Amino acid sequence: MRIGALRETAGGEARVAMTPASAGDIRKLGHVCLIEAGAGEASGFSDEMYRAAGVEVVTDAAALAQASDVVVKVRPPEPDEVALLREGQTLVSFFYPSSSPELLEAARATGATVIAMDMVPRISRAQKMDALSSMANIAGYRAVIEAGANFGRFFTGQVTAAGKVPPAQVLVVGAGVAGLAAIGTAVSLGAVVHAFDVRPEVAEQIESMGASFVFLEFEATQDGAATGGYAAPSSPEFREKQLAKFRELAPQMDIVITTALIPGRPAPVLWTRDMVVAMKPGSVIVDLAAERGGNCELTVPDEKFVTPNGVTIVGYTDFPSRMAAQASTLYSTNIRHMLTDLTPAKDGLIVHDMEDDVIRGATVVHGGAITWPPPPPKVKAIAAAVAKPKPKELTPAERREQEALAFKGETRRQVALLVAGTVLLGLVGIYAPASFMSHFIVFALACFVGFQVIWGVSHSLHTPLMAVTNAISGIVILGALLQVGSGSWLIVLLAALSILIATINIVGGFLVTRRMLAMFQRS
Amino acid sequence: MSIGLVGAAYVAAAILFILSLGGLSGQESAKRAVWYGIAGMALAVLATVFGPDVDRLWVVILMVAIGSVAGALVAKRVQMTEMPQLVAALHSFVGLAAVLIGFNGHIELGRVAALAPEAREGLTGFAAVLAHKAGAEVNIFLVELFLGVFIGAVTFTGSVVAFGKLAGRITGKAEKLPGGHMLNAGAAGLSLLFLLLYLSNGWFLWLLLMTLCALFIGYHLVMGIGGADMPVVVSMLNSYSGWAAAAIGFTLSNDLLIVTGALVGSSGAILSYIMCKAMNRSFVSVILGGFGGTTGPAMEITGEQVAIDADGVAALLDDAQSVVIIPGYGMAVAQAQQSVSELTKRLRAQGKTVRFAIHPVAGRLPGHMNVLLAEAKVPYDIVMEMDEINDDFPSTDVAIVIGSNDIVNPAAQEDPNSPIAGMPVLEVWKARHVIVSKRGQGTGYSGIENPLFFKENTRMFYGDAKKSLDELLPKLLA
Repeated sequence: MRIGALRETAGGEARVAMTPASAGDIRKLGHVCLIEAGAGEASGFSDEMYRAAGVEVVTDAAALAQASDVVVKVRPPEPDEVALLREGQTLVSFFYPSSSPELLEAARATGATVIAMDMVPRISRAQKMDALSSMANIAGYRAVIEAGANFGRFFTGQVTAAGKVPPAQVLVVGAGVAGLAAIGTAVSLGAVVHAFDVRPEVAEQIESMGASFVFLEFEATQDGAATGGYAAPSSPEFREKQLAKFRELAPQMDIVITTALIPGRPAPVLWTRDMVVAMKPGSVIVDLAAERGGNCELTVPDEKFVTPNGVTIVGYTDFPSRMAAQASTLYSTNIRHMLTDLTPAKDGLIVHDMEDDVIRGATVVHGGAITWPPPPPKVKAIAAAVAKPKPKELTPAERREQEALAFKGETRRQVALLVAGTVLLGLVGIYAPASFMSHFIVFALACFVGFQVIWGVSHSLHTPLMAVTNAISGIVILGALLQVGSGSWLIVLLAALSILIATINIVGGFLVTRRMLAMFQRS
Repeated sequence: MSIGLVGAAYVAAAILFILSLGGLSGQESAKRAVWYGIAGMALAVLATVFGPDVDRLWVVILMVAIGSVAGALVAKRVQMTEMPQLVAALHSFVGLAAVLIGFNGHIELGRVAALAPEAREGLTGFAAVLAHKAGAEVNIFLVELFLGVFIGAVTFTGSVVAFGKLAGRITGKAEKLPGGHMLNAGAAGLSLLFLLLYLSNGWFLWLLLMTLCALFIGYHLVMGIGGADMPVVVSMLNSYSGWAAAAIGFTLSNDLLIVTGALVGSSGAILSYIMCKAMNRSFVSVILGGFGGTTGPAMEITGEQVAIDADGVAALLDDAQSVVIIPGYGMAVAQAQQSVSELTKRLRAQGKTVRFAIHPVAGRLPGHMNVLLAEAKVPYDIVMEMDEINDDFPSTDVAIVIGSNDIVNPAAQEDPNSPIAGMPVLEVWKARHVIVSKRGQGTGYSGIENPLFFKENTRMFYGDAKKSLDELLPKLLA
């Protein structure tokens, strides 16, 4: 098949859907690659580089659309681009079907198939074609860089000869792909990063990136697993709590990066006017949700401006395009993976398998019909969070009461044991002769001392302990020594034998203990 | 040496023994403590030998000389991996000595009783002590003697069997004669019967029959206990050998014997308790052998065991910053401690944090792993106990499990139906990567599947531990 990449016509868009490198890989699938002249210019890929990679350069969009079986591009098609499509042709690009029903209808009317890169389901197998994630990753990184460029201080704290510099305090709202990328970038620049998300199960991911999770005490937090890993709108009560928390944080934060988006809805307003007012002059807000209205109440899409109290608000919507070379490389790789899935036999023949979870999910128009929205994917994005039972917080009074109870119980047990022991000893004392009792006292005391002493023995020395107690229990030699002087030869013989084996025990036990202990060395 | 002086020496010896055990609380003080023990023992023996009650010095000197040489040879030759066997063998000696001394007590009593009252006055030593016993005292003496022989005999055969099992001479599996513990109970009941008969007429026959019963109990009890429960058995026998010595002390009216026996007895008892606690099992259930029944179907294990080769392990280790090694009995079997030590040295030389996590029941003897690692020159301050290190696993990059199984089984925490549910385990699965060095795909001592091997972050490094590690070492970055 012939795969053609269109030049992006939207103003300021610098990305391209095919790079010389990805073209090489697509050709390996048995396809022929075409590109509109000048398409890669803004990303740093000249027409010569494409030609060198074996790509046919076509002069204009109409000719390219005419010559291609599959058209790939980055941004959703403009109406005039849709008009170029024909029956049997396939378009692969971002499409946002939920926000552009007219475009969807127009595409349907042409009879072409449309694969929306933004509709790729979030399952493990499809990660390699998840263009939203790769673009979000770039946006998150770039957001921190933009913030840094507009922020008048260091990110990292320093103690210099010219004085101490505190580290920048960064708050990242929304820990999706962009949020996590922003966290990682800010942390590696040395900032102190805090992050918030409505999905409690991402706390672990946040902490793994080196930020602290802003914990919100709330009963029914939502389970992101049920919504394919994306956030869902939250209840008004929750929102109130959340805003209260942000209000508390606002004066301390130097940089705020908001990335909160809910699929198919305008961005929720999380950073209100009063929070902006509460921030220190020189602070920076980067609103990654600007395209959908912004998380910050004051955000102006596509613009950067400074508020009267000196807070810079960055509302750019083209972060990935600002890093066009990187973004094009990643996006073209996503496209290439999509084409790989569409070409199962690697023979240059596109097979549009509507049974495939990924292809089905991403296809919004097929065979003259709108196939959006797709049925829910069979595989869930993330395992459902297991509700952890929280240990009940005890008030000091309750704790004291419990301790008192435990103490009383302990005392009662000890007293009971002592009484029982005394009674038992008394019984023995009534019947046993005095000579036995004096030995018995020694025995009982020795047991007691033994129990006290042995608890202190280090676990790592248990083997030497056994060896040394072994040696010491060779003390039975005393018994044999006392008997060996007897008048009976049988007794002498048995006693001599006992002395022999007890000596082996003593000498062997002590020597081996010494050998072992000598081996224990400190590093 | 007068009796008073001997008594003073005994007091000193008893204190030295207590200090000796107390000194084992730390590695450095332990080196001094063992000298306390030796001094105490020398003091006790010399005071007794040169005391008023001992005759026939040449026999004593000859026997002590032979015994010393034999003991020194054994101590020098023994491999550190053979420590469990050695300890068991030494226990059997104490048991046997206790039995012999008990028999002597009986013979001497008969001899003294046969003498005319005038002749009794001329007796010395042990015989003189016996000669002054009368009425209830004789009966008490007989009971003490009987107990000493009983415990000694159980200790003797028990230790011999334990030695055989640990040395691999007899099967390590739990084996019982038909009738199981009823046989033990029967033998114990018979022993009690023989005690009553013995008290009534004092025939040696009853003592001998009881000894046979006790020998049988020792044999059958330990035969019924398998592999991984050996730490409990060995500590239990340690305890018994102490009680045997104490019982002998009662028969001989020797306080030093009583004190020392009690010290050793309580030491062994505490060790057994610690071991049982570490397995979350009661002492009785260990002694009765086998694991308790399950209370329901085992949790299903999903996933598969993923193998890894030496190159893969080397790559993981090169990227790791913190490594925790969890050795088990398999390391002792493969004699892999030197290779483990070498691995540790290499990794530490690269500036990585390497630590060891020791489960209390790892190996076949309490503290077995510590001794093996010490032998291989692993510094003891990087060898941690379970409680010290369990919280650190989530921040560990690579956990290497070498020849341990049940002690790292997550089923103990996750599956309430598991036979080992509730047993404290090392939470290795919380580490970023887990490498399990293991001979094959079999189950551990308890015979239960280990879900750890099926976890996503676990890689199986199959093969003999020593061979695998030796293969791995040259592949690490220099």
